Amino acid sequence: MIFKDLQKALRQNIRQYGMYIAFFVIIVIFTILTHGIFISSRNIANLINQTGYLAVLAVGMTLVIVIRYFDMSVGFLSGFLGAIAAIAMANWHFQSWAAILLVLVLGIAAGLLTALPIARLGVPAFVATLAGWLIYRGALLLVTGQTGTIIISDNFFNSLGNGYIPDIFPKDSVIPGIHMLTIFLGVIAIAWFLVRDIASRTSKKAYNFEVPPIGVYILKLVFMAVLLGLITWVLAGYNGISWTLVVMMVVVLVYDYVSKNTVLGRHIYAVGGNPEAAELSGISVKKITYIVFASMGFLTALSGILFASRLKAATPTSGTLFELDAISAAYIGGVSAAGGVGSIMSSLIGALVYMTLTNGMNLLGTDIALQYVIRGIVLLGAVIFDVATRKTRS
Amino acid sequence: MNTPILEMKNISKTFPGVKALSDVSFEVSDGDIHCLVGENGAGKSTLMKVLSGVYPHGDYSGEILFEGKVQRFKGIADSERAGIAIIYQELALVPEMSIYENIFLGHEIRKGPAVDWNETIKMASEMLKKVRLDINPATKVRDLGVGRQQLVEIAKALSKNVKLLILDEPTAALNEDDCDNLLDLLRHLKQDGVTCVLISHKLKEVIKIADTVTVLRDGQTICTLDAHKGEVSEQILIKHMVGREINNIYPERRHESSDEVVLEVRDWNAYDPKLGRAVLKDVNFKLRRGEIVGFAGLMGAGRTELAKSIFGNPDGYRIAGELLIKGQPKRFANPNEAIASGVAYATEDRKGNGLILIQDVKQNITLANLAKISRRGIVNNNAEVKVATEYKDALNIKTPSVEQVVVNLSGGNQQKVSVAKWLFVEPDVLFLDEPTRGIDVGAKYEIYTIMNSLVERGMSIVMISSELPEILGMSDRLYVLSSGRIAGELMTVDATQERIMQLATS
Repeated sequence: MIFKDLQKALRQNIRQYGMYIAFFVIIVIFTILTHGIFISSRNIANLINQTGYLAVLAVGMTLVIVIRYFDMSVGFLSGFLGAIAAIAMANWHFQSWAAILLVLVLGIAAGLLTALPIARLGVPAFVATLAGWLIYRGALLLVTGQTGTIIISDNFFNSLGNGYIPDIFPKDSVIPGIHMLTIFLGVIAIAWFLVRDIASRTSKKAYNFEVPPIGVYILKLVFMAVLLGLITWVLAGYNGISWTLVVMMVVVLVYDYVSKNTVLGRHIYAVGGNPEAAELSGISVKKITYIVFASMGFLTALSGILFASRLKAATPTSGTLFELDAISAAYIGGVSAAGGVGSIMSSLIGALVYMTLTNGMNLLGTDIALQYVIRGIVLLGAVIFDVATRKTRS
Repeated sequence: MNTPILEMKNISKTFPGVKALSDVSFEVSDGDIHCLVGENGAGKSTLMKVLSGVYPHGDYSGEILFEGKVQRFKGIADSERAGIAIIYQELALVPEMSIYENIFLGHEIRKGPAVDWNETIKMASEMLKKVRLDINPATKVRDLGVGRQQLVEIAKALSKNVKLLILDEPTAALNEDDCDNLLDLLRHLKQDGVTCVLISHKLKEVIKIADTVTVLRDGQTICTLDAHKGEVSEQILIKHMVGREINNIYPERRHESSDEVVLEVRDWNAYDPKLGRAVLKDVNFKLRRGEIVGFAGLMGAGRTELAKSIFGNPDGYRIAGELLIKGQPKRFANPNEAIASGVAYATEDRKGNGLILIQDVKQNITLANLAKISRRGIVNNNAEVKVATEYKDALNIKTPSVEQVVVNLSGGNQQKVSVAKWLFVEPDVLFLDEPTRGIDVGAKYEIYTIMNSLVERGMSIVMISSELPEILGMSDRLYVLSSGRIAGELMTVDATQERIMQLATS
């Protein structure tokens, strides 16, 4: 009975679950191939820190693609803004927080500037942002031209990409070698997830909406709880939760909430779904375009900060191909170029899948040439799967 | 005359969960104009898709005989080769290509490996002559009106040596002149030996042109009537289509006149910079509380342009003139301002720019007034379900739930969602642009009933429609537009279809 229900639930939600299953399979494969090194605490922590800059870019890119545009400029803009942060701290003697603030504001300004020709004059986004790609590439070379790589020595700044949250419990007080604050936060996260999900099911039932049968539902809750528990346990076994993970989760949760539950989020998806209808419904398509590109600029700045912090330096090549990585991650996450479709959480998973491939293949020592080929095949496969399942549903 | 060219026997077709066609038989005599009528969802389009091979052999049960031979079409290419061509309501032409390129697209005339353009142009001219379209075949399709595009489609079908021509709602987007022209052409083609199946909602034209009429209802053949034996009338057709008699197509309304003018337009001029010409010239009109005012006119007369220029001018016309809302001078810079002042506009093209098809019923209903169910920018999802369900019940929107994606609804129900969306902004003035285009008789009646209850509650409605009987049946007063000018104002009691057409073509 429960097995049949499960089959049915899987068939109906194959699109939703497909990506999670694929992600899981990829993890299992790498774990086996690397004899467990992949799943080790140290590597998972490393993987998350590697993903940070890409995840925030993918989140921003998802909304840009939802409103039917692309942003090719984000890669070198990210590198350029990272370099500005480094220069602000090294040459202009900015405090690290001031440098971060400056760069975030510049990011928003750059996003608005990108949107200007698109929203105002109807210049195709691909061309407008390709121009940005060239301009920011030049700007990055210009500011790093004299010194080449700029070393960042600020500890606070560098901890964003490399540091971990401190343990408020005394070291080794409960279980030796385990980061107790991480365990504590993990338990809270599981409890919060369970309460939210059960409340949502109850409310759906109150409106007589179809909900999955109770057997399948409990199975799903148990699975998610165990998964969160496992992640918590693995992270707690190394240094605990990294600051990158904190930044990434805050961005993802805020954007997920805004996209689903606010008037602004609704307007963004309406513009993506049918811009003319949105305009005739009293929504300013121009305003939404500015907002979405400003958000992209903000997240680009954040990704520049995370990447520079991780390298502890700004380099003339920082940001190379980030824009295509972000677009790939969003597509693996199931965003649609036709507009109006795509979720923040899925794009996060897309970014994780993408980075998992890189990380896993690096562990295996796969040739870089082959890595590109495999990433290309995975991207294509993900989109084919997405297109095929979308067809059968409608 | 009476040998059948097409016989479809015991056709059944099932979609997951729905039986779209059950045991349908459909026979078309050689050389006839055969009309296929039925409400939306009756199975007309499905039946034609079975015939054309969109649903290939094996996907349905039953038998198709064309010219006496059993046919098993695996795709459209097969049915076209046999001599069957379908022209859909949404035209399948490439706007940026010329007429002659379009006509021979997919079956180009070749000379060796290359396309023989000279022969193509010559043949295209011949085809255009057959559809009586006097125009340079090098003209881009983009530059033609809908009516002429339709003729190009027919020319394209003729170029494939079609024996059976199927037209799916060909006149839905046409004005009266183009309609008459098209019907004339069909009679002409009949003399040339082309058999024609016409799917239409417009019963008047069915009666005008049909030799035979088949009525479908709920996926079954109800009856086949012979027009030459006097078996066809509007009453009879409606009775068979809906399964009950509708004596009055337009519901009664308590008319309470009010003198309060809610909207007035004075010396209104609009210039469209994209077209490079004026679309409205010196338009003056008034709308009173609780009134339905009709706007009649031919396609391109400026009716939609008038509504849009008032409703925040989303197309960026240059406007001169005065707009008064409840006596206050106003000029809306965007639709949002118009909505805030109690003016709403439900578009003529609900799929194109009215609804967001990939979103669900509730999201579409609340879109224009999300603030009403939000606090500090956060949408209350429970309240949304509640109000959407209220509108679903009030307007009798047939959908399993308000979480159903709008693209899955029938045309009539989509139209109700569109109306619900604008009722949710609680306007004083509602512009309805072609509110019943492409929807069936039953759903039309429901839309009319909704309109009546709205004006009885004090709302004012401007109804733009190309269907003259509808304008006459529903309006208290009507204006006729012609080439961007008001050609006349008529009280409905004094108006006739002839009088309106006379003004519209003046």
